[in-house]
Amino acid sequence: MARPSSAARTGLEKIPTPAKVTVTLHVNGVERKLTIAPWTTLLDALRLYLDLTGTKKGCDHGQCGACTVLVDGRRINSCLTLAVMKDGAQVTTIEGLAQGNALHPLQQAFIEHDAFQCGYCTPGQICSAAGLIAEGRVQTADEIRELMSGNICRCGAYPNIVAAIEAVMFGKATDRSGATGR
Amino acid sequence: MRPAKFGFGQPVRRKEDEAFLRGSGRYVADFAPQGLCHAAVLRSPHAHARFRIENAAAARGMPGVRLVLTAADVAELGFLPCTASVPDQTIAVPPYPIVANGEALHVGDCLAFVVADTLFQAQDAVEAIALDWEALPCVVDGRAALAEGAPRVATGRAGNLAYETSIGDAQATRSAFAAARHRVSLNLVNQRLVANYLDTRGVIGEYDPARDRITLTLSSQGGHAVRDMLCEPVLKIPAERMRVITPDVGGGFGTKLFPYREYALAAVAAKRLRRPVKWVAGRTEHFLGDAHGRDNFTLAELALDEEARFLALRVDTIANLGAYLSCYAPLIPYLGAGMLPGVYDIPVCHVRVRAAYTNTLPVDAYRGAGRPEAAYVIERLVDAAARDLGIAPDRLRKRNFIRPRAMPYRTATGKRYDSGEFSAHMAQAQASADWKGFNKRLARAKKAGRLRGIGLATYIEACGGNGPENAKLRLEADGGVELLIGTQSTGQGHHTAYAQLVADHLDLPPERVRVVQGDTDLIATGGGTGGSSSIPCGGASVAGAARKLAANLKTLAADALEASPADLEIAGGEVRIAGTDRSIAFAAIAKLPGADAERLTAQDVFVPPQETFPNGTHVAEVEIDPDTGAVDIISYVVVDDFGMTLNPLLLAGQVHGGSAQGIGQALMERTVYDAESGQLITASLMDYALPRAADVPAFRFETRNVRCRTNPLGVKGAGEAGAIGSCPAVMNAIADALWRAFRIRHIDMPATPERIWAAIEEGRRVHTL
Repeated sequence: MARPSSAARTGLEKIPTPAKVTVTLHVNGVERKLTIAPWTTLLDALRLYLDLTGTKKGCDHGQCGACTVLVDGRRINSCLTLAVMKDGAQVTTIEGLAQGNALHPLQQAFIEHDAFQCGYCTPGQICSAAGLIAEGRVQTADEIRELMSGNICRCGAYPNIVAAIEAVMFGKATDRSGATGR
Repeated sequence: MRPAKFGFGQPVRRKEDEAFLRGSGRYVADFAPQGLCHAAVLRSPHAHARFRIENAAAARGMPGVRLVLTAADVAELGFLPCTASVPDQTIAVPPYPIVANGEALHVGDCLAFVVADTLFQAQDAVEAIALDWEALPCVVDGRAALAEGAPRVATGRAGNLAYETSIGDAQATRSAFAAARHRVSLNLVNQRLVANYLDTRGVIGEYDPARDRITLTLSSQGGHAVRDMLCEPVLKIPAERMRVITPDVGGGFGTKLFPYREYALAAVAAKRLRRPVKWVAGRTEHFLGDAHGRDNFTLAELALDEEARFLALRVDTIANLGAYLSCYAPLIPYLGAGMLPGVYDIPVCHVRVRAAYTNTLPVDAYRGAGRPEAAYVIERLVDAAARDLGIAPDRLRKRNFIRPRAMPYRTATGKRYDSGEFSAHMAQAQASADWKGFNKRLARAKKAGRLRGIGLATYIEACGGNGPENAKLRLEADGGVELLIGTQSTGQGHHTAYAQLVADHLDLPPERVRVVQGDTDLIATGGGTGGSSSIPCGGASVAGAARKLAANLKTLAADALEASPADLEIAGGEVRIAGTDRSIAFAAIAKLPGADAERLTAQDVFVPPQETFPNGTHVAEVEIDPDTGAVDIISYVVVDDFGMTLNPLLLAGQVHGGSAQGIGQALMERTVYDAESGQLITASLMDYALPRAADVPAFRFETRNVRCRTNPLGVKGAGEAGAIGSCPAVMNAIADALWRAFRIRHIDMPATPERIWAAIEEGRRVHTL
């Protein structure tokens, strides 16, 4: 948890109130001005001050990927990023991917391939996959698995997540979901 | 009736998906009612210590702080209940106070609850509370806790043994072992796990003084049970004084079934402050504040005759239950013990269970709750027997399976299996995994300098017996239906699955079936979601209610159409006279003069007569890098018998997820307590490894269903099976690879690279001696 100092531990010294800073973020194409404490993470800025709760807090330590958003087209952990570091940047969250009623191809593929269960990691998975596709490095399903390893899915929907991303990238996915037989 | 397009068996896409995909799912942490205060918990840094809070007053005076609740401040509260019992056992349930009173029993034990205007203020106040500590000796290991002279887990308790029980016939088992040609034994550890749903637990307490009513919005697997266990036993208020709302839940896996301390504290704080109070666990707080799972030490022994037929099974287990008895904790080792004979015809058995207290987090239900432990014991033991006797593991299994014609079959532990064709699904799984071609692949791997192994597990488990569950279905004015049910989706896709069961009788598309869960004011009763029961039990009730509502609608339509109900059929949201174009739409039926609330509503309650017994075969094939000890799962086949398949997509999701969690346990998940200090070493995702995309193989999943004879839908529960078959399959594959290369007979979970590498080094040393 971000803390200004350890002074609070003793309860004796007064914590200097840090100055608020003004940050401008272009979130999902809309300019948003925020006056916030400088230690506010991008994740908290989105969730607490811009009411964009689609981006999730899973661990607050950059270990789970639930908070993944796109900043200037690149995927990052918004919990490890201070909002002030991204002054002036373009931020895309899960709320900004669909075009009105038309879902983003990844969102559609996640439905088609049943690529999640509880949905909590899903915004991060989808933003991460969008970033992955933009990076343009991936050639195989194994590379998708490796390069999506920053995003934990505790429901274990990985095979279908990989299939959904494959479908968007290569136009088809190896059908591994199975469920055959009598 | 013709099969409905969206009915039973169809791969219907989930109707609940779009909200989640757009980021408009709403989990507890996403709610922020007006005037919200924030809470933080002071947790014990000691595993066992006496303490005195020295300056609660100072914390109370800090900026923004509104309330500090210590044990003295909530003296009127009762203890958290332990509702499970073990047959023939009288367990002296020790006090599980909402706030520890002068003695902390585990790291993370709740010492105070602080409420402030902001979360940072609450956290600062928690850190400002000074305590006077007297550290006491602690014990964190179940075996150590039961040893002579072990430190007492709690000063007031008679000892560290929670209970000791046994199942089966000790004398007959002893005789069978004495007379047996072969005796095989194996020591097994089923390590402690942490659920680690990504959506950590949270609660928002609100109080309405005008009605003297508390509303808790929390992340649960069923609000009714949480309400009932909090109200009378803890808060000492009638259940009518509380509403529990469960919004979207980001995973539960069993561990969100229970009432937790913070829920009671949020209720008390909201009432005292007359303001909403929110608490959400951070990730480390999840490790320190939620019930853990598993944690057994087992000695398992098998007696065989000269033809390698199983004569007797003897198992001795120590189950570590933690510092307090959580909700269902005592029952879990007993449930597991009952399933130890697995799919085998074993004439006699004896299981001894000793449940120990330790200075650790309480243990309770986690995906499988007892059955994964049982399957791991018997399936590893059978593989060890095959190795010791020099028989192929599949041949040994086949020789000892319970035969289909023996069904219904009563095991030596008293379980009555209704159905199952074990030899058949093992054969199918072996064919799908190309078991026969393994030697070729082994030869190739050897050339590449890698250790290859193949392993299987033929599991059976008992689930789907939680109930009863009430389903209430109502025709709405627009011709759609609303379903009220007290199960709780935590990601399974209940909305879609239930809509399919409704479609079978009312032929409505999924979007016309509005499923309502998660509100104790709207839904009269609820058993919640646990024990893979939401379809076997809840689903059976939904189907029953849909059948009744269809009959009601036909009766109403018969009057309007001047026809006999027997001549009517339901299709496409209307009732029509079969073979004609004369029909009446559901929406019009809802407006008929005779269409009173009673006729437009139907209810059904299914009471499961016993558990269902899903079973199946998992086959894992692995390669190990001998230089690093890293395991790669090359292929993974699952053939399951779930009785009937309601939705193959949802089913595959459950099997993938359960298997991924089992693979996590087999390869990497490990909860480490320091034996001396009792500190929880693995209290973050940097220390506790969860399976990631690259760790989970592509699954080949098939069903080979044998209809369940005790369930009206013919289904067997499917939520936990993956977590039950996967650990022994993966560990048998790893043991196979290590045995072939270095004559290593056993390795404990988690089979981390470090542990495998050390075993290989030891194997090399022994070989060269």
